[in-house]
Amino acid sequence: MTYLDHAATTPLLPEVLAAMTEQLGRVGNASSLHASGRAARRAAEQSRERLAEALGARPSEVLFTGGGTESDNLAVKGLYWARRAADQRRRRIVVSPAEHHAVLDSVEWLAKHDGAEVTWLPVEATGRVTPEALGEALGDGTDVAVASVMWANNEIGTVSDVPALVRVAHAVGVPLHTDAVQAVGQVPVDFAASGVDALTMTGHKLGGPMGAGALLLRREVECTPLMHGGGQERDVRSGTLDVAAIVGLAVAAEAAVATREQRAARLSRLRDRLVAGVVEAVPDAQLNGAPLDDVLGGSEPGPGRLPGNAHLSFPGAEGDALLMLLDARGVECSTGSACSAGVARPSHVLLAVGADPGRARSSLRFSLGHTTSEADVDAVLDAIAPVVERARNAGLNRR
Amino acid sequence: MRILAAMSGGVDSAVAAALAVEAGHDVTGVHLALSQDRQTLRSGARGCCSVEDAHDARRVADELGVPFYVWDLAERFTDDVVDDFVAEYAAGRTPNPCLRCNERIKFTAVLDRARALGFDAVVTGHHARLADGHLRRSVDAAKDQSYVLGVLTAAQLAAAVFPLGGMTKQRVREIAAERGFAVAAKPDSHDICFIPDGDTRGFLARRLGEQPGPVVDAGTGAVLGEHGGTYGFTVGQRRGLGVDVGDARPRYVLGIEPVTRTVTVGTAELAGVTRVRTATPTWTGPAPRLPLRAEVQLRAHGTAVRCEVAADGDGGLLVTLAEAQRGVAPGQSAVVYLPDPVRGDRVLGQGTVAATA
Repeated sequence: MTYLDHAATTPLLPEVLAAMTEQLGRVGNASSLHASGRAARRAAEQSRERLAEALGARPSEVLFTGGGTESDNLAVKGLYWARRAADQRRRRIVVSPAEHHAVLDSVEWLAKHDGAEVTWLPVEATGRVTPEALGEALGDGTDVAVASVMWANNEIGTVSDVPALVRVAHAVGVPLHTDAVQAVGQVPVDFAASGVDALTMTGHKLGGPMGAGALLLRREVECTPLMHGGGQERDVRSGTLDVAAIVGLAVAAEAAVATREQRAARLSRLRDRLVAGVVEAVPDAQLNGAPLDDVLGGSEPGPGRLPGNAHLSFPGAEGDALLMLLDARGVECSTGSACSAGVARPSHVLLAVGADPGRARSSLRFSLGHTTSEADVDAVLDAIAPVVERARNAGLNRR
Repeated sequence: MRILAAMSGGVDSAVAAALAVEAGHDVTGVHLALSQDRQTLRSGARGCCSVEDAHDARRVADELGVPFYVWDLAERFTDDVVDDFVAEYAAGRTPNPCLRCNERIKFTAVLDRARALGFDAVVTGHHARLADGHLRRSVDAAKDQSYVLGVLTAAQLAAAVFPLGGMTKQRVREIAAERGFAVAAKPDSHDICFIPDGDTRGFLARRLGEQPGPVVDAGTGAVLGEHGGTYGFTVGQRRGLGVDVGDARPRYVLGIEPVTRTVTVGTAELAGVTRVRTATPTWTGPAPRLPLRAEVQLRAHGTAVRCEVAADGDGGLLVTLAEAQRGVAPGQSAVVYLPDPVRGDRVLGQGTVAATA
């Protein structure tokens, strides 16, 4: 099996499994006052400190959540509600159309049900949001509740210069949220140094468990809760802490950050070979997103594209046919999103960066991760030419 | 063989897929998304293509351990089946959308794509027997679907597998239950899948709008009343005519004339027909030598009647019925069977009813 869908989820790290298994065998609610409760709380708080350390945050800025979708919802809605409560003029949300659906659908829900006005940021052909574009959209900022721009795009892997975006937003007093689900452990992410007000991360993209994530929220930023109850997590996210999952999340984040540089170098080499080989086998294949060697400028230059991301369009072939044929040959990758019934949709990210619907429907994402080997790349290169040829003859809407 | 299993989410297609797997084939399941609006969650199992049905199909595929995908055929289904359905009613005919879907979607669009993707055949949960290239009625007469498959050609049938034709519906449910499928007790679908509430007249009224016209008595020529649109009527229809002649004899729809929007009604003795003319026929195998003695079924849930089938000299068929039939509507399919009480009545082919006398 060639698993090249690490951006969907990546295998659990063995040290995470060991740490979680140990914790799962213990009783104790971290809110209880007795010895068992204290032991659970200690494990949770140690994990909070380890996660904070790995991401350049203070422990009190870590709010544990049920994952990326919850963190995105909490940040977008919570900041919107809190900022509007403080000043009724703040009804505008400034957001990129290439965001994950957890952000997009939260924004659209607020627009439909709660009086928000949406300003869609222009994105470059790579999917990047520039500080200039953000500045123009914010104006003087008085009517803006929150801005949200993802650190790295989950489909095409483009990295935005979040510290530069933060400076622009803060210049007009607007808080910035960033969805860093794909960025953490892949590119350098330092919460404090970036200045960002709220940052979404999740465990299962790093070798941690599913259903565990965090919202890093600066201490002075007000956020209205989505969930009310026991007052855990600074009163912003009530609910009994899932201590074993939190332990796994912290171990995974620590490991992913510690091994990042080495892994990124290895994955980008593999990825570059994969893309070059695919383009050689299918000469009209098109790379989507930023160039492979793209570099972000700024004070600390970093990669402009996630090291493990290869996103390609195969004109004339439908993504779902490509996926099915690769699946039959043991190669697992992904197309864009699907609706609840499972119907393939053209990628909203590609549409947002100006690709025509045909290109958006004919794309595949190969995402490499910590278990990816040369043999995985070989498997793709062996399969891709016949698969694309076959898919091109199998268009659903051909007559 | 590499077989594509079309899985609606119902019990029949689930069992058909399971039997294909158990026969040793390399099976891949697909659910056809046919509805333009698929955000509907329904409590029952009426029709197809709801989110819930996609889920039910996926559950069975996962239990069988076969790959499963959803294919989006909504656009083609809308063009080839739904719009065709509306256009046929607008032209005063009575279409059969299930037959049209088999002809153009399942055994054209899906089969073509399956072949292009490297599959040898498509398996479905239709109740019909298929052996040696001969399409025959199911052993379960009440569930027989050979009528809506009568439009398939030899080439289409050569790539079709119908594992359920040799068993009763009850046996199908037993097999599903034995394998622990959650759909074992799922209710049968009865209605037209794109009209889940069963209100065909309401559906057509929304599409075609109010088109009032007269209801005329065939005997006297008298205008008996007014109707809201000819699409609300089918030849042979007795109920819901909205006319009262006062002689206590039931009236039947005899004809529909879409240009003048005239619905002609008459008494039972006028409603029977003995001669049916069809459009160009399709055959499930080599075209038979005409004329021939056979049986013909004139609507999906009708019974077959003895007949003689001849060429009408204009590319179509002239079917002469041994006894008069009511409710023979233009647009329906006249499916020709060769009776065979042992192996099952064999489908020779069909022609769309063009005119009756």
